[in-house]
Amino acid sequence: MVHETTMARRAAVPAIAVAGITKRYPGVVANDNVSLEFYPGEIHVLLGENGAGKSTLIAMLAGMQQPDSGEILLQGRAVRLGSPRTSLDHGIGTVFQHVLLVPSLTVIENLMLGGPWWQRLRKAPALARFQELSALLGVSIDPDAQVGRLSLGQQQQVEIMRALWRGEQVLILDEPTSMLTPRGVRDLGEVLKRLREKGVAIILITHKMQEAHSFGDRISVLRLGRFVGAIEPGLLSEMTQAEVTDKVIQLMFGSSDRGSAEVAALIGDRRNAAQLDMTQAPRLIVRHLSTSAERGECPVRDASFDLRPGEILGIAGIDGNGQKHLAEVLAGQRPAAEGEIVINGEDVTDRGVEARRRLGLRYITDERLGEGTVGSFSVATNLVLKEIGRPPLWQKGLTLWDKVHLHAREQIRQHDIRTPSERTPIGKLSGGNIQKALLARELTENAGIVIFNKPTYGLDLYNIRLARERIRESAGRGLATIVISTELDELLELADRIGVMFQGRLIGIVDNAPNAERQIGLLMTGVTPA
Amino acid sequence: MSLASETQLETLAPHRPGGKFVRSAGGAMLRILLPVLLALLVGGIILLALGKSPFAYYSYVLDRGLFNWIGFQATLTRMVPLLLMAAGLIVAFRAGIWNLGGDGQFLLAAVITAALAPALIQVMPRSLMIVCCIVVSVAVGAIWALLPALLKARYGVNEIITSLMMSFLGISFANVLVKLVFRDPTTTVPQTPDLPVEDRLPRLFDTTVHAGILIALVVIVLVHLMMTRTSFGLKLQIVGANPRAAVHAGLNVAWLTVATFALSAGLIGMAGSVEILGVWGTVRADWNPAYGMIVVPLVFLARFNGIGVIGFTLFFAVLMIGGESAARRIGVPQHYVLVLVALLLLFLALVEYLDQRWRKRVKD
Repeated sequence: MVHETTMARRAAVPAIAVAGITKRYPGVVANDNVSLEFYPGEIHVLLGENGAGKSTLIAMLAGMQQPDSGEILLQGRAVRLGSPRTSLDHGIGTVFQHVLLVPSLTVIENLMLGGPWWQRLRKAPALARFQELSALLGVSIDPDAQVGRLSLGQQQQVEIMRALWRGEQVLILDEPTSMLTPRGVRDLGEVLKRLREKGVAIILITHKMQEAHSFGDRISVLRLGRFVGAIEPGLLSEMTQAEVTDKVIQLMFGSSDRGSAEVAALIGDRRNAAQLDMTQAPRLIVRHLSTSAERGECPVRDASFDLRPGEILGIAGIDGNGQKHLAEVLAGQRPAAEGEIVINGEDVTDRGVEARRRLGLRYITDERLGEGTVGSFSVATNLVLKEIGRPPLWQKGLTLWDKVHLHAREQIRQHDIRTPSERTPIGKLSGGNIQKALLARELTENAGIVIFNKPTYGLDLYNIRLARERIRESAGRGLATIVISTELDELLELADRIGVMFQGRLIGIVDNAPNAERQIGLLMTGVTPA
Repeated sequence: MSLASETQLETLAPHRPGGKFVRSAGGAMLRILLPVLLALLVGGIILLALGKSPFAYYSYVLDRGLFNWIGFQATLTRMVPLLLMAAGLIVAFRAGIWNLGGDGQFLLAAVITAALAPALIQVMPRSLMIVCCIVVSVAVGAIWALLPALLKARYGVNEIITSLMMSFLGISFANVLVKLVFRDPTTTVPQTPDLPVEDRLPRLFDTTVHAGILIALVVIVLVHLMMTRTSFGLKLQIVGANPRAAVHAGLNVAWLTVATFALSAGLIGMAGSVEILGVWGTVRADWNPAYGMIVVPLVFLARFNGIGVIGFTLFFAVLMIGGESAARRIGVPQHYVLVLVALLLLFLALVEYLDQRWRKRVKD
C-alpha cells in the first residue's frame, strides 16, 4: 500500500459523509446515530450481518430513504438526497444487490435509460461508452442481447456498467461479487483499483472477508444499526487476512463464542472424498446432453457424467457458461436437443418436471423469487407449489386449505422459517427464509437426486452456513447431489468431485484433492481441457 | 394492469375472522366507495356544466334503475349477460390471459342460438332445447377463441391483439350469418326467425326477470369456488401470477392457456345464448350490445373477485337502465353512463395510488 497517498487522502475533505444519522422503521432502529466518512480515492468496506443496517445506510445515500435525524454531507456541505435522481445528479451511483434492469429491453437500451426525456436516444455514443466500460470491466456482453435472457452474473455486470455510466463521484456496491467467479472478482478488483486511482470514493458492501481484506483500504463494521468499529487504512494493509477476519468477527458478533462458529462457517472443512462408496450404481447418468439456446444464452454442449448416491458433484465455472441450461435441462424445465438422461436406470429424457420429481429429482433454483416462488402468494401455497392437485392436500381436485395451512405451520416450525404467519406473501420474507422454504419444499422424504443452483447466493453468513450444512446433511443421508456455484470456496468445501463448465461444455471433472483448486482455475479459463 | 398484479384471490381462501381482516375489509370498502362518490360528484359537476341538474339525473337513475319495480326487473335482467361475461373474464384475467374478444364470442354464440332454437323447438321439449342451445353456444365461443389460444400457447403471440382481431371478425361473421344464412324470409329487416315468448327461458314468478339470472348467479359462484378451492383454479392463478414459477413447478402452461381461453370464451358464449333465450328470441342484423368492453372495467373494479363483481354488475346495470330513461327525460346523451364509468375507473386508480403512497409513508 502507498502510505503517503493514503495520508494525503485522509487530510482531504470526504467525498460523502454521514453525521449522526438515525433511521427508524416500525419496531426497528435500522441506523442508530451512525457517523462515517468516505474519502475520494479510497475503497471503504462496510461489513455487518444482514440486518446490521448496511442496506438502510446505502438506501439513504442513494436517495431512496431519508434519515429521521442526522445529516448527509457532500464535500463537507449538508445536502438533502430526497430522491434517487438527486443522488444521481450529485454523482452518487449505486449497484444494488438485486438486479434492477428492464428484462425486456436490450443491454444497450437499459444503459441508455435515464437520460433527459426530451433528448433523442443516440446509440452510437452509447455504444462507444459501452465498449469503453466493457474493456474496463474486462467482460464481453452482446449489447443487443435482451437483458432477461442474460444470466444473473451478466446482468450484474450490466448493472455495474450502468452505475459507472455517468462517471461518478461516489460508487456504492452492495455485494457486487456474490455472482462472480474468482476471476470475475479479481477483474472487479482491478476495475475498482483503477476507479480509486481516478479519485472515486468507493463504498463496498460484502460478506466475504477475503474481499474486504484484498480490496479494502478501510473497513467499518456495523452491528444492529450501530457503528461498532473500524480498521484504519494504515493498520489494514499490515494485517493478514486471518487477523482481519478475527478482528471483524469480534466486532460483528461481540462474543467470541459465536464468532468462532462463524469462522468455521467461513473457512469450512474440506469434505473427505474417500468416504464415498464408488461401487454403487449411479443414480443419475447423463450422456452427450445438449440444449439449444436463444441469443445471449449459453447452451449445454455434449455434457456427460454419472452421479452416485451420497455423492456431491460440484459444477464450477464462470457465470453464463451453460450452468443454468444444465440445471434446467436436468430438472425437465427445458427440452434436451440431444443426448439422454437416465434416473435409476429409467430413461427420462422426454419426461417433464412432474414425472422426474416423482422419480425423486429435485431442483432448487437460484432465482428464488423469479421462478422458485410466486412472491404474492402465501408461504403456505408456495410450500406446496409442486404438489398441487395431489393427495393428501388435495382431494378430487379440491384444495383442502386447512390441511395446506396446517402442513405449512409444521414446515415453518420444523425448518425455522421466520415469517409472521403461513399466510404472509412469501415475497415479504428475507432471502434466507425464502431459501429455507424452498429447501423444505424440495428436500422431502422421497428425494433422491438434488440439484442446487447457487444455493448461498445473496444470503448472510448465518444462512450460508445453514444452507451448506443442509446440503452436507442431505448428501450424508444418501442423496445424490449436484451443487452449481460460482464460488469455488463453496465447492471445495462441499463437493467430492468438481466439474468445470466452459462455454457450455463440461470440460473436466476433477477429484476434490488438495491440488484441485489450481486445476479448476485452469479449466475455468478454458486453458487446459482435461 | 397494475390492479391485476396486486390482487391476490389466492388469499381469499377461507380467512379466519380477526381484527386485522375486519380492518382491511373496512379499508377495502372505503377504497371502493370513495371512488364511487368522487365519480358521482365530478359527474354531477359535468352535468351542471352541460346545464342539466345532476340531482334530477341521479334521482331518475336511482328511481328508474333501482326503486321502480319495473325498472328494477329490467336491471336484474340486464345483469344476466354482464355477470356471465364477467365470469368468463375473471377466469382469463386471473390466469394472466387478456381475452378481449368477448364481443365476437358473445355475438356468434347469440346468432347460433337464435338460429338453432326455433329449429330445435320443433323436435324437442323446451328444457332440452335450452340445454342444447347453451351447450352449442359454449362450444361456439370456445372455438372462436381457439386461434388466439393456440397462437399464445405455441408461439407466445400476444393474445390481446389476436383476440381483439378475432372479435372484429366474429362480429362481422355474425352479421353475415344473419343476413345470408339464417335470415327469416318473412321479415323485411334481416333477422333470424323469432323464438316464441313461451318457448324462451321461463320467467321467475310474476316478474319479467327470466331464469337466466339464476344461471348467471350459479355460474359466477361456481367460478369463484373454482378459482379459490380447486387445484385447477390455483394452477391458473400461478400461471397468471408468475408464469416462470409455473414452468418451474412443472405445470403444463400451454395446456392451461388453451383450457383457460376455452373456458373464458365458453362462458362468454353462454352469456350470448342466455341473452337470446331469455330476452330477445332473435338476432337482428347489426345488433351488437358491445357488453364485452363494458364488463372489462367492472371486473377490474372487483379485483377479479367473483363475489365482488356481483355488486359492481348490479351497480352498473342500475346505471345503464336508469341512465337510459334519465337520458330521455332530461336530454342527456344515453352514453353519459360511460362517462361515469370512466370517471369511476380514474378515481379508483387515483385512490389506489394515494393509498399505496400513504401506506408507504406509514411504513417509512
